[in-house]
Amino acid sequence: MHGFGKVEPEQDEPVFHEDWEARTQALYRAMSYAGVWCIDAARFAREQLPPAVYLSSSYYKKWELGMEKQLAELGLAGPDELAAGHALRPGKPLKRKLSAPGAPNVITRGSFARPAQKPAKFKPGDRVRTKNIHPKTHTRLPRYARDKVGLVEALRGWFDGRELWGESAEPSLKVSIEAFEPYLEPA
Amino acid sequence: MRVRALETVLTEKGYVDPAALDAVIEAFETKVGPHIGARVVARAWSDPSFKRTLLDDATKAVLALGVINRIGDHLIAVENTPKLHNMIVCTLCSCYPWEVLGLPPVWYKSAPYRSRAVNDPRGVLADFGVTLPADTAIRVWDSTAETRFIVLPMRPEDIEGWSEEKLASLVTRDSMIGTGFAKQPGEVA
Repeated sequence: MHGFGKVEPEQDEPVFHEDWEARTQALYRAMSYAGVWCIDAARFAREQLPPAVYLSSSYYKKWELGMEKQLAELGLAGPDELAAGHALRPGKPLKRKLSAPGAPNVITRGSFARPAQKPAKFKPGDRVRTKNIHPKTHTRLPRYARDKVGLVEALRGWFDGRELWGESAEPSLKVSIEAFEPYLEPA
Repeated sequence: MRVRALETVLTEKGYVDPAALDAVIEAFETKVGPHIGARVVARAWSDPSFKRTLLDDATKAVLALGVINRIGDHLIAVENTPKLHNMIVCTLCSCYPWEVLGLPPVWYKSAPYRSRAVNDPRGVLADFGVTLPADTAIRVWDSTAETRFIVLPMRPEDIEGWSEEKLASLVTRDSMIGTGFAKQPGEVA
């Protein structure tokens, strides 16, 4: 999707612009620590926001709306409680609770790697075509890179700019993505 | 405020502790940031064997440096040269090498950058006031899975004998994303 205008770098940008953004980030970390959601479920919740809401909401607003949606779906906190500004029902037991001394540990990224279940289907140098998939659920295959031929490089591969964007592309451009194997077929 | 209500509800239900939230925010504001990546780059500029290890296995190299003790999954360092310019984006949302750069800036998470970096990188660089020679090839790395990327910017000239600390002062955050260059020695005191 295009037409969003120029990129606007900000001089001496603060880590957080508003207090509520910092609280949103921290609430998200604390609830992740409590085992309430994983990264892909959280991404999916944000991506399910109505397109007009997604595009017109700031980054942390999307996080906040995504959290509210997940909390309601998981039965952990209802919209009525958020509207009231207070808990109306007791909490459910969670796996664990983040304490202040443990907080610095949750700012590093968790590991989401899973061991490979079988040998890799493709090797470096293989030409592959990405599948033309449009799942209703979360996918890590960007739309611009669907049904495109690329070259496997290592764990990842690259596309020539012209394969993605046609003749108007920057001539020397290569774009790398990491595509999970089920997204690929031989080309 | 909506987030305040959310925090109150989650606190009253016993899910979160406000003091822990304060500590998370303080850690984001003081512990992680581009100063970590700058140290990595400074070491790579001054130690050729570290640079080789970094380009070969950045996860290992950065952990060996001892500045941070954990990297989520993989970290890959890509080297800018006069012939090749690397740039990092996450078109899907905001994947970014937190361990070495901290939280991403607003523009990195914005629709203009996410949509145009893969399609019109020279136009995006122009928004940063950066112009590349016409014969420099561009490689854009879209962080679509759990690997994160950091750019090793080109080493400025005339920095022989500089300490690593002084070298780190030349390394900007944007130079490690690929939307800028490292500073020249004349730009720092």
